[in-house]
Amino acid sequence: MLEWLTAHGILAATLALLGLAVAFGALLGFAGQVFKVEGDPVVERIDALLPQTQCGQCGYPGCKPYAEAIVQGDDINKCPPGGDATIAALADLLGREPKPLDGEAQDIPRVAYIREEECIGCTKCIQACPVDAILGAAKHMHTVIVDECTGCDLCVEPCPVDCIDMLPHPDLAKQWHWPRPPGPGHRPSQPIAATLIASDRQPAPEERAHG
Amino acid sequence: MADFDFPGGIMPPERKTLSNQAPLVKAPLPARVMLPLTQHVGQPAEPVVSVGQTVRTGEIIACAQGMISAPVHASITGTVTAIEERAVPHPSAAVGEAKALCIVIEGNGQDDDWQRMPPLDWRSASDEALLERLQSSGVVGLGGAGFPAAVKAQVRQRHAIDTLIVNAAECEPYITADDLTLRTYPGDVIEGARMLARLCGAERILIGIEDNKPEAVAALRQALSTSNDTTPVELKVVATRYPSGGESQLIQKLTGREVPSRGLPADVGLLCHNPGTLLASLRAVRDGEPMISRIVTLTGEALTRPGNLEARLGTPLHALLSLAGLRPARLSQLILGGPMMGFTLDSDALPLVKTANCLIAGTADEFPPAPPEQACIRCGACETACPASLLPQQLYWFSKSREHDKAELFNLFDCIECGACAYVCPSHIPLVQYYRAAKGEIRLHEREARKAEHARHRFEFRQARMAREEAEKEARRKARLQQARASRPAPEQRKAAVSPTPSDTPQSDSQDSAAELKKLKIAQAAAKAAVRKAERALARASEGGQDPSADVNDLETQLATARENLKATETRLAALQSRTAPAATQPASTTATGPGVPASQSMPTGTTTEDTAKQVRQRKIAVASAQAAYRKAEKALESAAAQNDDATLAAARQKFERAQGNLDRARKALEEAETTAHEPKDTSTP
Amino acid sequence: MSLLHASSPHTHAATSTGRIMGWVLLATLPGILVATFHFGWGVLINVLFAAVAGVILEAGVLRLRQRPLGMTLRDNSALVTGVLLGVSLPPFVPWWLILVGMVAAIVVAKHLFGGLGQNPFNPAMVGYALLLIAFPVDMTQWAAPLGLFGADAIAPGDALRHFLGLIAPTDAMTGATPLDAFKHKGETLLASEFWAADPLPPGTLDAWHDVALAWLAGGALLLVKHIITWHIPASLLGSLTLLASVLYAIDPSHFETPLFHLLSGAAIFGAFFIATDPVSAATSRRGKLWYGAGIGLLIMVIRPTGAYPDAVAFAVLLMNFAVPFIDYYTQPRTYGHAQANRGIKVRQLDDDEELP
Repeated sequence: MLEWLTAHGILAATLALLGLAVAFGALLGFAGQVFKVEGDPVVERIDALLPQTQCGQCGYPGCKPYAEAIVQGDDINKCPPGGDATIAALADLLGREPKPLDGEAQDIPRVAYIREEECIGCTKCIQACPVDAILGAAKHMHTVIVDECTGCDLCVEPCPVDCIDMLPHPDLAKQWHWPRPPGPGHRPSQPIAATLIASDRQPAPEERAHG
Repeated sequence: MADFDFPGGIMPPERKTLSNQAPLVKAPLPARVMLPLTQHVGQPAEPVVSVGQTVRTGEIIACAQGMISAPVHASITGTVTAIEERAVPHPSAAVGEAKALCIVIEGNGQDDDWQRMPPLDWRSASDEALLERLQSSGVVGLGGAGFPAAVKAQVRQRHAIDTLIVNAAECEPYITADDLTLRTYPGDVIEGARMLARLCGAERILIGIEDNKPEAVAALRQALSTSNDTTPVELKVVATRYPSGGESQLIQKLTGREVPSRGLPADVGLLCHNPGTLLASLRAVRDGEPMISRIVTLTGEALTRPGNLEARLGTPLHALLSLAGLRPARLSQLILGGPMMGFTLDSDALPLVKTANCLIAGTADEFPPAPPEQACIRCGACETACPASLLPQQLYWFSKSREHDKAELFNLFDCIECGACAYVCPSHIPLVQYYRAAKGEIRLHEREARKAEHARHRFEFRQARMAREEAEKEARRKARLQQARASRPAPEQRKAAVSPTPSDTPQSDSQDSAAELKKLKIAQAAAKAAVRKAERALARASEGGQDPSADVNDLETQLATARENLKATETRLAALQSRTAPAATQPASTTATGPGVPASQSMPTGTTTEDTAKQVRQRKIAVASAQAAYRKAEKALESAAAQNDDATLAAARQKFERAQGNLDRARKALEEAETTAHEPKDTSTP
Repeated sequence: MSLLHASSPHTHAATSTGRIMGWVLLATLPGILVATFHFGWGVLINVLFAAVAGVILEAGVLRLRQRPLGMTLRDNSALVTGVLLGVSLPPFVPWWLILVGMVAAIVVAKHLFGGLGQNPFNPAMVGYALLLIAFPVDMTQWAAPLGLFGADAIAPGDALRHFLGLIAPTDAMTGATPLDAFKHKGETLLASEFWAADPLPPGTLDAWHDVALAWLAGGALLLVKHIITWHIPASLLGSLTLLASVLYAIDPSHFETPLFHLLSGAAIFGAFFIATDPVSAATSRRGKLWYGAGIGLLIMVIRPTGAYPDAVAFAVLLMNFAVPFIDYYTQPRTYGHAQANRGIKVRQLDDDEELP
């Protein structure tokens, strides 16, 4: 047997490779059974990157369905609330090419605001809200829980009296932080147009009354 | 002479003699004041005056709102002319973003009609009265952060405090406000320290002061020698080195203790106060004067008469600058705060706020624009200077390339932004700005991720709820149908009416329903597992207790979702069972309606082992959520206590007690359930 | 009216990269002068040519990379690289060899990795190592200590001709370095017998000692001016001395004395001028100690066992490889933390998965 093998080197190599393939295949299969992960982890990870506004602008009824669609091969550029950051993150995760956003990018985070004096209490917006962020009962005025609102726009359409506005998020001012410096080769400080008041002791009121 | 020391530090030119030569003077009353409602850390105050209303000096014009907040008082006598958004001093002001609600008061001439609170003797007054006074007088930390003094004074409810530290180091160049405060009112500052020490239960007072303020040290020694009190006060003169006035650094230098990362000085039994805060606290108690003025340093070479002023809050900065003799032609940089940590302003029309300790009007020679940023050569000068033992060059690298996780691993959030690293950087890299940007990005990202996660859970909950509602509707319909069928003699007619439902005829598709039954049973098991998992997560989170309640809230949403899912499948299952096995209709229907009611109540008395196990589980959850509620109430109580608002305090205490009772009850119930769960097992096994 | 807007701090110490590099250049002067005094004009010519080549190459690459010239050239870093490489080269090497070394240093080791501050390896040592491997004969023949003005001294004109490659140095002019000579003494020869035979041109050992002490003086200047910290030189020389002592104690007939290892090669120069290059060295103070100790150890491993007589360049380059690793494991304990972070933590994705 051994002699035969040494005589037929090519066959020996083939056999060895076959043996290895079988062994590792068995190992992989075993590992696949033992360390089996329930559900599709890729869908979960995609879902975690999506902004969870549940707005449906991608054409799917929520972020998770879109995540599933992406796994099935749909484009990664259909999420306007996520914008370029989400596309970049998805491209990074999936190893796909980033594409320009399909649709209009949203500049700043917004929340829905119900003009309460105009609300007729039809509950249509409550039914439309994907995250149960609108409070109210039939024939009673509704109101939006600002902290829970994802700014998805879905409540605007069904409102029969158009009393819902999308307004900039009130926390916007609190979110300011120092911008990144321009980098090497640039001066970190820049002159800004200043509003100085002439230092006479009694300036005219209108001169000072700017805000 | 300090026994301990902190690493690093720098010695920039002090330039304090610019402003500490002139004595402290009172600024004349401003013609109008602009009082922002956010001069402190925490919730903005809520206006309680209306436009056109006449107010007296010291009258409350906006009251504290929420747990951490401070009221705002009228700083002059006059008429409220506007309550509107105005530009306020803030780092982002220069990019035109910082606006806050302000109350504008137009003074009526030279009239200064005070509305004082009744004076209190702090030695005889109760703690509650003192806290209430501190809270209602709007005293906040004057060193820069603006943390409400009343909230800080209440730490003893949480932590044992042994030492009160008076942070008079004033290590930043240029600033001399504390120096002049101590020179002018040494006795009052010490008395204020004694008062707050009593309030927080501190046994001794340490005054940390840099050796570049000999006059202040002498004044303090003088005042200490004449005062007669039991609380030992120790004056520690430390070598001048920036940033010895940083809270953590001074603590390390004076006591050798280290404030834990992301913790408070109270965690190591210390409380730090600025001399100005102590003075304001004492005045609020002893004289009944709310906080309507502060001592501010006006300095810089663009001023002809630099010095320290005691000015009313809300005074426009240009009025102060002109008092100090500003030469506008020479002005090139207007800095609020010190040159190391302060921020530049784009306008001198902003109001003086509680946290503004220094205003520097710098010339171009004094503050030349920073040279262009060069490449980092990792020379290590920043590391040598860092008082927190960080690796600034690594942090810079990670901040620049947005490797946020690595930046956090290198303790980015322990950076106190003192600026020592950027000061010594030979490549002129604005290191602190890089760190601030990275911190801001990380915080923003975290908040967004949390929000998205929360939204996803709410969405899932909604879907589960809708599914459950659907299932229940279906079950009710089926039940009605069956009832009708049972009562009516002619079933064929009813059947015709509801024929769209195919599984209505049990005889024809019993196989179908058997398969469905099996599927539903599997779904039920999965849903049960999900509920269990959510319960476990919630229990763990509430036991861990280190995370804020937002986390628990989110977990509660997840648990609710899992329960909804379980209910939906159970309802469907019950409906199907009732159809396939009409004999079992009655018991099945009870379980079908059961989930609407808390299961522990609808639990039948003759329990099987499975039921008891379920009961134990449910009670465990009950304990966990009671624990969570208890923690929440505890926290609310603490913050309410800190806020010194009697009404909220009482309410919080009530809530807390209730939560405590609930927790005890839940625990007892769990114990009972556990013993009953064990007993039958023990008897059945042999 | 416009006001200046910037993030704090608003004042800065009067310091700059160019000034730091200037001090480094100043600190190399004693070493260069003493080496020139002993080994002739060739040393000075090498240094000057390498420095000029460094600046010209840096300017050329910056232009190719479309980066601003003025600011980067003013940081003097190319000059330092040139001087350090120039002074490491034997006095008779032709100009093109120096140029090759400088191209490797400035273009490859520095700018291909992103320019100043981003090079993982010490540029001068990359150039040196490349030359040593590519031109071993030119690179291992050192000059005899003939002095500048003595009767045997090489005239400046001749030195220039050597540099231009017009004439080759005669045997009388060249001599091995002490390390080289000792390395090739032969296995059977005992150390004492070897030195008794007087294998080197007269005055060689003294010349090397003087040069080493001159570098030490320059290093002291760097320490005094806080350009470098004591950590790397101390740990490097310390570990080198320790290991040399141990080896010498074990077998004095085949290993040299610690003093010989310290003063007869590039150990001092390397400890103060090469290993302390901040860009490619470890970051934290503790890391610097490990880094220096590692270099000292590697020098003492390579010198007796390696193919090349001196080992500073290879030791430094090898430890450059280890710098990221050292940096991850030697973070200082930050204020308020019970202990320092170690290594890289991988964020766990599913830590809520547990068995039911």
